[in-house]
Amino acid sequence: MRFVDEFRDADKAKALLAEIGTVAAKAADRMGRPANIMEVCGGHTHSIFRYGIGDLLPKSIELVHGPGCPVCVLPMGRVDDCVAIAEQPGVIFATFGDAMRVPGSKKSLLQAKAEGSDIRMVYSPLDALALARANPDREVVFFGLGFETTMPSTAMTVLQAAADGTKNFSLICNHITIIPTMKAILDDPGLQLDGFLGPGHVTMVIGLEPYEFIGATYNKPVVIAGFEPLDVLQSVWMVMQQLSQGRAVIENQYGRIVPKGGNPVARDAITRVFELRDFFEWRGLGSIEHSGVKMRAAYAQFDAERRFSVPDVKVADPEACQCGDVLKGIIKPRQCRVFGTACTPETPLGALMVSSEGACAAYYQYGPRAGDEPEKANAA
Amino acid sequence: MCLGIPGQIVAITDASRGLATVDVAGVKREISVAFVRNADEAVEQLIGAWVLVHVGFAMSRIDEDEAAETLKILSELGEVAQETEAMRASGRA
Ligand code: SF4
Repeated sequence: MRFVDEFRDADKAKALLAEIGTVAAKAADRMGRPANIMEVCGGHTHSIFRYGIGDLLPKSIELVHGPGCPVCVLPMGRVDDCVAIAEQPGVIFATFGDAMRVPGSKKSLLQAKAEGSDIRMVYSPLDALALARANPDREVVFFGLGFETTMPSTAMTVLQAAADGTKNFSLICNHITIIPTMKAILDDPGLQLDGFLGPGHVTMVIGLEPYEFIGATYNKPVVIAGFEPLDVLQSVWMVMQQLSQGRAVIENQYGRIVPKGGNPVARDAITRVFELRDFFEWRGLGSIEHSGVKMRAAYAQFDAERRFSVPDVKVADPEACQCGDVLKGIIKPRQCRVFGTACTPETPLGALMVSSEGACAAYYQYGPRAGDEPEKANAA
Repeated sequence: MCLGIPGQIVAITDASRGLATVDVAGVKREISVAFVRNADEAVEQLIGAWVLVHVGFAMSRIDEDEAAETLKILSELGEVAQETEAMRASGRA
């Protein structure tokens, strides 16, 4: 067992793994094949690789890494729009550090910065607003991205800017929303999923109710999971328990952080500022209906897409890049033809190699190297 | 970006805007507590409370033991240093 002694409570981990083995056997009997469980959130992908959880699980459970890293799914055209804004004279472009290295069709924000654009890494959208206050003669544009975890914070920052009458602050909104995304995954005829580990921190905002249709309509269990390795193991056990009993409901393993009803104040900030886009383009997945949000007309003056001219062109992913197949679980990262050669964390070709929450970067950092060690399917 | 980190609210800096000072593993910074304050109580009631902090906003109240455990695990993972460094470096050119 690779990392089990590093767990906070190795005995508990071993006990959980034993129990998972028992229910997995029952589920396999029932289903007649291995169970595919998707972790939707990049935070889980990170924990799973950091602790080698995939290797610890019985062969009858396969973890499929979902499109849950908001940095990973940004299409090149959106990065190009950001670069175009950042390159305009007088602009200070503020972004989370994670987004700096995502490749655009010509360059990333990091390259634009090296060429002289004023691009600053911020920890919080509030820091971008503070930059606007400190630089009244400059235009400060914040790169808003992420699921419902970060969406309320961006919304609240816009509301604050509006209340203060700040004139030189705007947002380029690339926020995406989890439920339409999961629905698109569920509707994909090629996908073979039996259950989900649900995103802990998104659910802390949206609550449990929005997931109910997944059990009711698609007959798949969802367990909202925490990010520690023991949380992940316990959540896998809860999904397998449901599968072995033929149940499919939404359950909450992460109750210490996630209240059943979510955070209504945060949701209110979201609905005041944002509305659904008809479609949003994802890297590798194409266009997904209602999967992104844009700013309401009432906040047009804070909308960078209305204030600046942006190229707004769709750019196809590079020919060699197979991010889409990885995101859909059709191939494993190492099977991509450029993995570890043309595409590495230092020079990412596809977005899944950019942040440690992306499946390819996680494989690169923690997974067995090609030829080194057999894939789990062949391992003892 | 999405993981978040526990911190303790140590002072209220701007009650009307809902801003407070939070202590995250010894690093202090201003965050918004707008999402965790109760409409019917004074914002000062939050002093001493532990919260999960995401990109400069308190998103959820947590109990102290839970906060300590989470901090311990995150620091073993090297994530605390990453997060506090991002807080310190924020906004610099
Ligand atoms: S190796 Fe690179 S190009 Fe291939 S799927 Fe992964 S991120 Fe995309």
